Amino acid sequence: MSETNDGQRFDRLPATIDERDVEGRATREEVLDWWNERFEIGAELFENHSFWEKGAGKIWIFHGDVPSPTEIEGLGMTFLRTRQEHWKPTTNAVQRFGCEAERNVIELDPEAAMNFVRGEDQKLDWDGDWGYLIASHEIAGEREPLGVGLYLHGELRSVVPKGRRRED
Amino acid sequence: MEVLSRYEPIVDDFEGFLAACERSLPAVVRVNTIKASVERTKRALDEAGIDYAERDWNAKVLELDTDKPGNTWPYFHGWIHGQEEISSLPATVLSPLPGERVLDSCSAPGGKTAQIAALMDDSGLLVANDSNLGRLSALRFNAERLGLTNVAVTRQDARNFSLKPVSLTAFDRTLVDAPCSCEGTIRKNPDALDEWSLSHVEGVAGVQKGILRRAIQATREGGTVVYSTCTFAPEENEAVVDHVLENEDCSVVEFDTPLDSRPGITEWNEEEYDDSLAKTRRYYPHHNDTGGFFCAKLEATG
Repeated sequence: MSETNDGQRFDRLPATIDERDVEGRATREEVLDWWNERFEIGAELFENHSFWEKGAGKIWIFHGDVPSPTEIEGLGMTFLRTRQEHWKPTTNAVQRFGCEAERNVIELDPEAAMNFVRGEDQKLDWDGDWGYLIASHEIAGEREPLGVGLYLHGELRSVVPKGRRRED
Repeated sequence: MEVLSRYEPIVDDFEGFLAACERSLPAVVRVNTIKASVERTKRALDEAGIDYAERDWNAKVLELDTDKPGNTWPYFHGWIHGQEEISSLPATVLSPLPGERVLDSCSAPGGKTAQIAALMDDSGLLVANDSNLGRLSALRFNAERLGLTNVAVTRQDARNFSLKPVSLTAFDRTLVDAPCSCEGTIRKNPDALDEWSLSHVEGVAGVQKGILRRAIQATREGGTVVYSTCTFAPEENEAVVDHVLENEDCSVVEFDTPLDSRPGITEWNEEEYDDSLAKTRRYYPHHNDTGGFFCAKLEATG
């Protein structure tokens, strides 16, 4: 544990705890386990992706691989916020990969879906886990993820970032 | 509009050209096949009661019957992205393949980058470069909204682009969608010509030459470089390609173009350009009801 996280560059996540040399850094195994436990999204979906940390706790996903470390502005998409008690997936990651989720997906009716993407919190019944959920709705014949909701005390809080909200 | 009179000698039906330049553009989007198929997107538009018109030359381009494509479910989900019809041309001419290494040297705000990523099935390595931090932030926002995961974003002056940060020796293909005087965007930005001056055009042309030369050098032998602008000025189009033909190992190649176009010119204001410039293409607003555009396809030969 001699090294510390350098917020200016992309470092590939270590495969497992045994290979970790930066304190507090999530491992590839932990990231895959988290998506599997939280949403039942299997590791196969991410077989060809590499995971990177740039910025404290900010995990990025890239299709393929490049040498580590890499000093550039962006690599793939931001995927998951770690180094905090409850890990939080990004809206864009959930939209891209959340279609495969089998667990902790809260399906919203048209009115609740509109409220959600306007950034509004709403009282809703839900008998699954508390914490970060994938909010989804039905569009063009299939379920489609909208983004990330935080469910606590009978309320679904929308954490859709301001710039990604729908006005209409 | 007086600025445009300098193009009267090279544009057919000049009155029709000027009239088209005064009309606003239709609301056109490109379907982002990384997140949804064209069929599913159309079904979602049907459900929302939004009419659309297709384009024969590209099934992923749709004209929407709404002033606010941004306030729709397909937009929220990142299934569609506002992109002027003619702007979706250069990525199709570049024609990247899945798994390739591709450079988009002036990439922000990222509409063409996202189209290239989709043509690559979001695989391989797409390096999206731009020199301006603010514009790069718009690019990153768009790339994430559209779900791209094969993009490495760099901030460099494209004239001196270094491959070192991305650990490559050469790209398979490079798009240079160059910063330009933007005369062809007059239908979208009615004030596009307000600041026009010949010295600005000449200044921008100097930058364009530097960017295109570096793009040729950064592309492997036999690789493809596409050069495009949204302007009519030959100084920024044929003259730039002519300069690069003289100074770098490359040649102009013909390409199939589904839109109505005119060949690049080989002389302008007593300057003569290489005959092969006739293989480049000019796109005028009155021919396809789009903005104005120039596109050249080059092969790196060194």
